[in-house]
Amino acid sequence: MNTNVSQNAVHTADAEHHNHAEIRTFGFWIYLMSDLVLFSVLFATFAVIGFNSAGGPTGKDLFDLPYLFVETMFLLVSSVAFGLTMIAMHNGKQKQVIIGLIITALLGLGFIGMEIHEFVNMIHDGAGPDRSGFLSAFFTLVGTHGAHVSFGLIWIFTMIGQIAKSGLTEGISSRMMRLSLFWHFLDIVWIGVFSFVYLMHVV
Amino acid sequence: MFGKLTLSDIPYNDPIIMGAVVSASLAGLAIIILITYLKKWSYLWHEWLTSVDHKRIGVMYIILALVMMLRGFADAIMMRGQQAMAAGADHGYLTPHHYDQIFGSHGTIMIIFVAMPFVIGLMNLVIPHQIGARDLAFPVLNSVSFWLTVAGAGLIMISLGVGEFTNAGWFGIAPLFEKTYNPGVGVDYWMWAFQIAGVGSLLSGVNFLVTIVKMRAPGMTFMKMPLFTWTTLTTNVLMILSFPVITGALFLLTLDRYLGMHFFTNDMGGNMMMWNNLFWMWGHPEVYIVILPSFGVFSEVVATFSKKKLFGYVSLVWATAAIMILSFTVWLHHFFTMGNTVNVNIFFGVATMLIAIPTGVKVYDWLFTMYRGRITFTTPMYWVLGFLTIFVIGGMTGVLMAIPPADFVVHNSLFLIAHFHNMLIPGALFGYFAGFAYWFPKVFGFKLDEKWGKRAFWGWAIGFLVAFMPLYVLGFMGMPRRMAHYDTMAWQPWLIAAAVGALIIGLGVLSQGMQIYVSIRDRKKNADLTGDSWGDGRTLEWLSSSPPPVYNFAIIPKVDELDEFWAMKENGTAYQQPAEYHDIHMPKNVMRGPIIGGLVLAFGFAMVWYIWWLAIASIIGVIVTVIVGSSHDDEEYIIPAAEVKRIEDERFAQLAAAMEEKKNN
Amino acid sequence: MSQSHNEEMGAGKITTKAYITGFILALLLTIVSFGMVMSHAFSRTTAMAGLFVAAFAQMVVHLHYFLHLDKSSAQRWNVIALLFTALLLFIFVGGTLWVMYTLNSRMM
Repeated sequence: MNTNVSQNAVHTADAEHHNHAEIRTFGFWIYLMSDLVLFSVLFATFAVIGFNSAGGPTGKDLFDLPYLFVETMFLLVSSVAFGLTMIAMHNGKQKQVIIGLIITALLGLGFIGMEIHEFVNMIHDGAGPDRSGFLSAFFTLVGTHGAHVSFGLIWIFTMIGQIAKSGLTEGISSRMMRLSLFWHFLDIVWIGVFSFVYLMHVV
Repeated sequence: MFGKLTLSDIPYNDPIIMGAVVSASLAGLAIIILITYLKKWSYLWHEWLTSVDHKRIGVMYIILALVMMLRGFADAIMMRGQQAMAAGADHGYLTPHHYDQIFGSHGTIMIIFVAMPFVIGLMNLVIPHQIGARDLAFPVLNSVSFWLTVAGAGLIMISLGVGEFTNAGWFGIAPLFEKTYNPGVGVDYWMWAFQIAGVGSLLSGVNFLVTIVKMRAPGMTFMKMPLFTWTTLTTNVLMILSFPVITGALFLLTLDRYLGMHFFTNDMGGNMMMWNNLFWMWGHPEVYIVILPSFGVFSEVVATFSKKKLFGYVSLVWATAAIMILSFTVWLHHFFTMGNTVNVNIFFGVATMLIAIPTGVKVYDWLFTMYRGRITFTTPMYWVLGFLTIFVIGGMTGVLMAIPPADFVVHNSLFLIAHFHNMLIPGALFGYFAGFAYWFPKVFGFKLDEKWGKRAFWGWAIGFLVAFMPLYVLGFMGMPRRMAHYDTMAWQPWLIAAAVGALIIGLGVLSQGMQIYVSIRDRKKNADLTGDSWGDGRTLEWLSSSPPPVYNFAIIPKVDELDEFWAMKENGTAYQQPAEYHDIHMPKNVMRGPIIGGLVLAFGFAMVWYIWWLAIASIIGVIVTVIVGSSHDDEEYIIPAAEVKRIEDERFAQLAAAMEEKKNN
Repeated sequence: MSQSHNEEMGAGKITTKAYITGFILALLLTIVSFGMVMSHAFSRTTAMAGLFVAAFAQMVVHLHYFLHLDKSSAQRWNVIALLFTALLLFIFVGGTLWVMYTLNSRMM
């Protein structure tokens, strides 16, 4: 009976230590679920006041669909790039990982650049977020997504720095796992944005 | 440099507020002087403030809750006093503007800064023990969550002496809370305190969910978890999925107020009714968040003090799960009168009636647990009995108001106020007090004084009835909520009675204070030397010593059945020392909890007063702290096996002596 | 070894093929969405319904090919969490739309 207890203890000690990365990944996934709810509030708000243009410009007036398609491609390709980066990470290829992260970041920066350009133009044309309920909801939903992408970019740059300094340690691999969940999740939210915010309002 | 803050924002002219500010400041100063005199700053910082130990964080949460309860209660006494006086020609001693801030701060403090910290505190103290774990899944996040809650509380406390608080109530009123109608700082203080504390709660939700799902002791399947763990699990699902809604809603209001957007404005395409929809989509799950843990406490206490297995464990689990799911489907009952169609009101009305059923199942399960049990009437059991008798009244008034036409008569009257206090006080609060008394000996190693505990109970129970039953009558007599003055003289006798009730509750509060003093004084007499504080513990937290060692369990127990500790005692396997011990890895304390809390408090204050440089600097500080902290991969320390053995040997020696003592007596 | 390492991290089957297949499917679905609207070949209702279907399908593509969600036991908790959240989103968004649109109808 005593030996059973101590064998149990050894097993449990290993089990406790081993699961850290898995527990962190699951915790991050749960956080992403809460982020989904936050976005759904913004989507619901957009659905409710999205047609309240208060006599101002509407989606039909403002949205440039070809421009939107290019933006969408930037983000989609960056998702694929990150995916391939993760494969390199699981194969222990440090240099490929850093290159992959840089490519992902550049594509992400392309996306953000295009979005900022769009926002600045809209504001210059008097279609800023304070113009109407529709525009408040638009800027907030799209802007919150953009803010998340920007945080993701900061995170990517931080990872590049950490990997360059310490290599692909267990802690770093675990953080990369979470970053990949984050990055893909943002592309999923974007599907909702281009479908229900832009395309739905031009149709 | 200071945004729009000037010295004239300190309310010098109001003697009541200045009195409160001065006494709070003196009390704070006295504590600071005491700590300095006892030379305990280093101890406090290293052992408590930077702690990531769930046991310490739990204690700090509950201290926060009890302190804030004093302020929330002071608000209540002031309101009862005003309403008892201000009839007809007499306008009482509070201006309407001051009164408006008091009811706003009363609600905000009691829900966000008393109930939530109490709940999260109890979960922190108990969950790792009940599931046989050493700590939560994310100990550092636990510390950050706590300090975010403190930051929110700090903002509300500061608002008393610098500026003012919201006059738009604890749940906000659109468009009153917009810049056009409320350009001052009151609404902003409320908004930021709520938002900051909300983020803390959301993170705690994630933490506890992952802990319960992934870190249970081997053999503890879901259907072998104690009921308090089940209610915690469902509460955390509610927290994770509902708090983002209030985060979003408050964020939209922030954009309206700071960037002139039009979400809830009454022009330019805003939709004021959307605020009520979003707020209560969070607000309803929130009330289940504050009460489900109490239901869990009641399950534990009733089984222990009936010396009987909990009746209907499976039905209790399913009832809890049903409440969890249904609580997402009833939110519109908070605004039946906002003018929706019949079908919408009926749907939500029926859902509201349905949700009463699982709670009813639970009440019967608890009653059947007591039936044919051998009941010991300890303080925790008193709180349970008070709950069972008084809470049910409030439940019935809730079902009454679930009928939309009935609600049209009593909505926002004192009938409503009486109903929800009937839920919150005998329901939620009595549960927290029961849990506090029940687990206090586990945490501190000695029991609380029974005599003063029972006196406190009577103060609260009788006081509650005298304070709130008149409010049901007043609701039927047509008195609306939140009135600083009224002309219907017939209301006054009832309000005087209610004020007397509040004073009786005050006696209960004083008794609680006495209880703590007497218990500390008599701690040697009431010491718990075995760890099984009440002698009849059924669940794993009673296996360890009181207080437990930092690692909770030297060897993680293997669980074979429900009420595992009870089974171990029956089999004689509860107190056996293993052949050998192993090194134990524990998380190190971190500074970033209090640092992030301090920076976020600075950020909140800066945003309220438009001190932009400070807002930007503090946010950058938070980001840098998080990034720097995230790159630390060496945040564990090891307790060597020899040290574990020393601690355990000491524990078993004390245990043997105590059992010997018990045998001889 | 690489596979169980992935699973310990909470990931599923990660292959280059998965990402390329996912990319192609996502690209096609994006083109379908944009095409339906920009071509003006469909009625408003049809286009809107098509947007819903295409968006939902593309989300599933991302979840399976990029986030590696599947029926395996390693992914079980992730899938349960997602399904429950999805149920809740349906209640929150659907409920909000129902409530706010009926309120609106009573304002006219």
